[in-house]
Amino acid sequence: MAKKLALIASKGSLDWAYPPFILASTAAALDYEVQIFFTFYGLTLLKKDLGDLKVSPLGNPAMPMPIPMPNFVQMLPGMESMATMMMKQKIANKGVASIGELRSACIEASVKLIACQMTVDLFDFKKTDFIDEIEFGGAATFFEFAGESDVNLFI
Amino acid sequence: MEFDKELDAKNLNCPLPILRCKKGLSEINANQTLKITATDPGSVKDFEAFCKQTGHVMTRRDEDDGVYTFYIKKRADV
Repeated sequence: MAKKLALIASKGSLDWAYPPFILASTAAALDYEVQIFFTFYGLTLLKKDLGDLKVSPLGNPAMPMPIPMPNFVQMLPGMESMATMMMKQKIANKGVASIGELRSACIEASVKLIACQMTVDLFDFKKTDFIDEIEFGGAATFFEFAGESDVNLFI
Repeated sequence: MEFDKELDAKNLNCPLPILRCKKGLSEINANQTLKITATDPGSVKDFEAFCKQTGHVMTRRDEDDGVYTFYIKKRADV
């Protein structure tokens, strides 16, 4: 019987979008059955338009910067867009997959994507904002699969 | 070394070479061999781990100036 991987994706920034999709697509390639439960900011990763994904150096002292940059400079308007642009450029230059590409790989490999219904209601998201290949569910739905999984990760 | 299908995963980073490999294997028959080239140094360990976990067999691995070539024979029972 196939091994099972259950993930919770709770973060919605460009950098944190990678771990769930990398792990899920790789596990699927290793013949795992995979389910990802997207909750709170993680729901951003299920939107049709992934253009909202950004990365911010603010509050992230470990983020490598081309030049040392004090916090008060990082908070200036446009800095987040600039950091995001630079990150996307680096991603492309290094042959790292885009989030859209990894998400498609997951869908192709039948990874089950579940959107947290409570968060959808909480933030007044519209179901039409999301890609079609998802289901909506709650904590009990997550445990139905997670309870019999070999690996469970909260990201 | 003979092979039945060839894939280029050069200049791609983790986990793309593995994903391409998996896709390539789905397009050949059991006991046929996939040749795949990669430049990601991490792919050496990753392809070993991939084969160990999926049961496909790496019959040969070459390295030439930062380019890794893997020959992977598809498991018989799939």
